Amino acid sequence: MSEWDELFRENILDHYRNPRNRGVLEHPDLTYEDANPLCGDRIRMDFKISDGRIEEVRFSGHGCSISQASASMLCEEIEGKPLDEVKKLSREDVLEMLGIELGPVRLKCALLALKTLKAGVYGLPQWPGEEDA
Amino acid sequence: MVPAPGSAPAPAPARTFDARAVRAQFPILREPREQPLFYLDSAATSQKPDAVLQAMDRYYSTCNANIHRGVYAIAEQATAAYEDARRRVAAFVGAGSPREIIFTRNSTEAINLVAYAWARSTLRAGDAIVLTEMEHHSNLVPWHMLAEEWNARGTAIELRFIPITPQGELDLSVLPALLADGRVKLVSVVHVSNVLGTINPVVEIARQAHAAGARVLIDASQSVPHLPIEVRELGADFVAFTGHKMLGPTGIGVLWARREILEAMPPFMGGGEMIREVKLSGSKWNELPWKFEAGTMPIAEAIGLGAAVDYLTALGMDAVFAHDRELTAYALPRLAAIPGVRLMGPALERRAGVVAFTLEGVHPHDVATVLDRDGVAVRAGHHCAMPLHEKLGVPASARASFHCYSVPEDVDALVRGLHRTRHVFGS
Repeated sequence: MSEWDELFRENILDHYRNPRNRGVLEHPDLTYEDANPLCGDRIRMDFKISDGRIEEVRFSGHGCSISQASASMLCEEIEGKPLDEVKKLSREDVLEMLGIELGPVRLKCALLALKTLKAGVYGLPQWPGEEDA
Repeated sequence: MVPAPGSAPAPAPARTFDARAVRAQFPILREPREQPLFYLDSAATSQKPDAVLQAMDRYYSTCNANIHRGVYAIAEQATAAYEDARRRVAAFVGAGSPREIIFTRNSTEAINLVAYAWARSTLRAGDAIVLTEMEHHSNLVPWHMLAEEWNARGTAIELRFIPITPQGELDLSVLPALLADGRVKLVSVVHVSNVLGTINPVVEIARQAHAAGARVLIDASQSVPHLPIEVRELGADFVAFTGHKMLGPTGIGVLWARREILEAMPPFMGGGEMIREVKLSGSKWNELPWKFEAGTMPIAEAIGLGAAVDYLTALGMDAVFAHDRELTAYALPRLAAIPGVRLMGPALERRAGVVAFTLEGVHPHDVATVLDRDGVAVRAGHHCAMPLHEKLGVPASARASFHCYSVPEDVDALVRGLHRTRHVFGS
């Protein structure tokens, strides 16, 4: 196996196979769902928010390993964090979590979860990094 | 003369060619690369031989001028080269006259031309259009747009669909019922499915459609580049195809239609060249084919398409078809032998050089991403045929497709890559 294969297995497949925070919340304070029309990847996020913190977050949806793994990683990262901090998460942060290089098309898969998160907590339905486009 | 492959497969080829010698004429396959390229996405776009690139370069470097206007030498050379390309394309598909060859941007524009210029001037409220569940979005969306527009103004038209079987073939048993009430004015079908590779029996479909008083449009985007086609023997009224899938450049496509239909149609777009006479109060249309070619056309691209047609003619389309078939026959059992691979589409005898598949437990995008690490280029997704995938119950698929330069080593690399994908995913 190449280094890329190993990284892919360790970083992506672990979360894809054993997703953290997968599911839905019964009475969420916030829910947002988004999809990537190019490939049909779909992610919904439910949030419980109290005292300006993300008390609980769950994601659901379907798609390729990269879209689902990045949702899992992101949920793990933000649970319990103050909204102010969550709002600062950038595409670079997500790519660092994933830890493998991706072409521009797969970048959309990787960033769908962050786009869903930002639209949910921030009301910004845009691709991260394309806010000015 | 090769029979039109409407339903029967092509006969044994009179000629064959050496795909390795062919590859040497394609710069992208010939030039050394950092990583070898196993190009298996010819159904999306084909690679281009030297002959095409040189023909376009020659136009730009020796006689670049606008056509049909200048009275100086290079303008006349440019016009001659452009119109010569039209003659070559007409001969290639067996058109009755070069005037029946309308240059467009691509198949999509050719189908839209029919939807706007013919359908909107011909259909009446209550009419119906028959499509199939196998269509590329380019032969669905123009009709959705037409239906929505007409329904909104109270002149409803109906879209009907020939269903597909689980094997990925058209279920023609329902066609008589779809045509029975005499309201169908157009039957628009794909000749070869871009996902499944299914070769549809368009000759029989056209026969039934004509008997019911309907016109027939064939989306030949995947058939003209790969099969010997004589448009008049298909029995169609309109045939759409695109240059970039047949070794030509992007930006040039073709609508063929029978001359009397084109004569009776109003223009599609207005502008320069498509008019004979313009006064401030109105215009008179130019004659065929220029009535449908408004504005400066993609001249270099048309010339490039002419060179592509020459190249394919020299190979022989019967030999191209046989080559694709041979590779498909090589690929199908090797892919089927990989645990977890599910092949889509019909048996080899009814299939062109396209193999779509899924790998159990791995999303097609992930398959394509791992394959790309080894330089294997396949398409993954819904291939602009979302209704087809929905009908077959798979959200997306991976697809390998061939052309004259494809070799068994490409298939071997794909098979190796799929084993590796299974290994990476631990399935």
